[in-house]
Amino acid sequence: MIGMISLAKRIKTIIESIGHRVVDSIWRLGCATRFVLLVLLKSMPGFLRFHLITREIYFAGVLSLIIILVSGLFVGMVLGLQGYETLQKFGSESAVGTLVALSLVRELGPVIAALLFASRAGSAMTAEIGLMKATEQLAAMGMMAVDPIARIVAPRFWGGVFSMPLLAAMFSVMGVFGGYLVTVVFIGVDEGSFWSQMQSSVDFRYDIVNGVIKSCFFGVVITAIAVFEGFDAPPTAEGVSGATTRTVVTSSLAILGLDFVLTAFMFRGVS
Amino acid sequence: MADDALIEFSKVNFSYGPRPILKGVDMRMSRGQVIAIMGGSGSGKTTLLRLIGGEVRPSAGSVTVAGQVVHELGRNELFRLRRKMGMLFQFGALFTDLSVFDNVAFQMREHTNLPESMIRDLVLMKLHAVGLRGACHLMPAQLSGGMARRVALARSIALDPMLMMFDEPFTGLDPISLSVIGGLIRRLTDTLGMTSILVTHDVQESLRIVDYIYFLADGVIAAHGTPDEVRESKVPFVHQFIHGETDGPVPFHYQAQAYSQDLDIGVMER
Repeated sequence: MIGMISLAKRIKTIIESIGHRVVDSIWRLGCATRFVLLVLLKSMPGFLRFHLITREIYFAGVLSLIIILVSGLFVGMVLGLQGYETLQKFGSESAVGTLVALSLVRELGPVIAALLFASRAGSAMTAEIGLMKATEQLAAMGMMAVDPIARIVAPRFWGGVFSMPLLAAMFSVMGVFGGYLVTVVFIGVDEGSFWSQMQSSVDFRYDIVNGVIKSCFFGVVITAIAVFEGFDAPPTAEGVSGATTRTVVTSSLAILGLDFVLTAFMFRGVS
Repeated sequence: MADDALIEFSKVNFSYGPRPILKGVDMRMSRGQVIAIMGGSGSGKTTLLRLIGGEVRPSAGSVTVAGQVVHELGRNELFRLRRKMGMLFQFGALFTDLSVFDNVAFQMREHTNLPESMIRDLVLMKLHAVGLRGACHLMPAQLSGGMARRVALARSIALDPMLMMFDEPFTGLDPISLSVIGGLIRRLTDTLGMTSILVTHDVQESLRIVDYIYFLADGVIAAHGTPDEVRESKVPFVHQFIHGETDGPVPFHYQAQAYSQDLDIGVMER
């Protein structure tokens, strides 16, 4: 009997803790949504002083270029190699250009660039805003009658949103170049058929524009998560480190989940 | 104290969640004075500054600054009031991505349309007032603790505020820097005609520079008076605080159950 009661108590505790977690998550999601709306409402000063956004495009975008370009090159090279390996079995190695380009512009470009962007720029944004909070810089700004959301958060948000599609495009371009390097230059696939098949199979609106739309969505989601986590971080070393980790984990999962949803809407077996 | 009060606390209550911090605090702070607020750690001293700045709202009572009840102000009115205030945070809170010059120029660029040449002159004047004109090109990471606080002081007086608040301005400073900061607070208050409120633990330096002192203990004003009155005070808390005695109204031990109970001595005997 006593064993039954203690078992019932344990089950009750587990259910309660699950309930608390669910309620906390929903509450936090609500806070994040409200915060993002606040950021959007307070974005005008940043646009009026565009140099604030330009500065953030430099930090989030330009400084992420190296990792994006190098990763793009290697991903393209691997795609070329793997694609050639499989396609040559069917005598279709000339289609390797199409395979590389479509894989990159539709999926790998936006997704991998977004994952890299979340790790490189998203985490940096969270850490910077979190540390500014921990060292009372945001409070000091508020006491100087300067709104930290308008002055610090909004320019970073828009800097990230503008950078992401550009980085994804550069990732895809480098990937195509990597594929070209491996298949045409090293393996010896015919250069004319590599480019012409790619050109005839890749549709600008259906493939490229959809890829760009995806990367725009990813940009909004990553930077929204990054700035919220930074602003919401407990003002301690542990708090900032936890927030940085959460930015990378949450935005990576959000990118992959959102990618599926967007793909389902964009590419439903048409053409 | 004179009647022309710049700040008035009227029966102010404040609590963080269920924990009461301030219980019916009444204070009047006159224009042109340097006023110190002293008390043990966690006694709610910094909360008083946050109430004046409108960062938090009292749960009862009111805080009036220059005739305006702070918690009744809308966001824009509050920001307008804050432009007339300056605050020096405990460790300066300088913007680490901006140089010393840009830190001091920050408010001028945000709130005024002054030409850059005039901002340059004003910044150099403010930095000269704190003795750091030569450090204008340095970054905050290159400054010592005392220098960082002097730059932060120059930044807070950038728009000539009517009220300056100092949150633990002497913490972690060597005796020379401490003296420099203390002297600057007094001199700038007098020359700029502002009012300064100092939250501090440093008894000796405070008694040297302030006009009036409030002691906060257990969320209430335990004592107040001029430095001379405080030195002669027979109030047990003030006496313990001024002389740094380890035991007194503020006990050495944090509240706990009986020592023997914690060590299970009774259980062992049984």
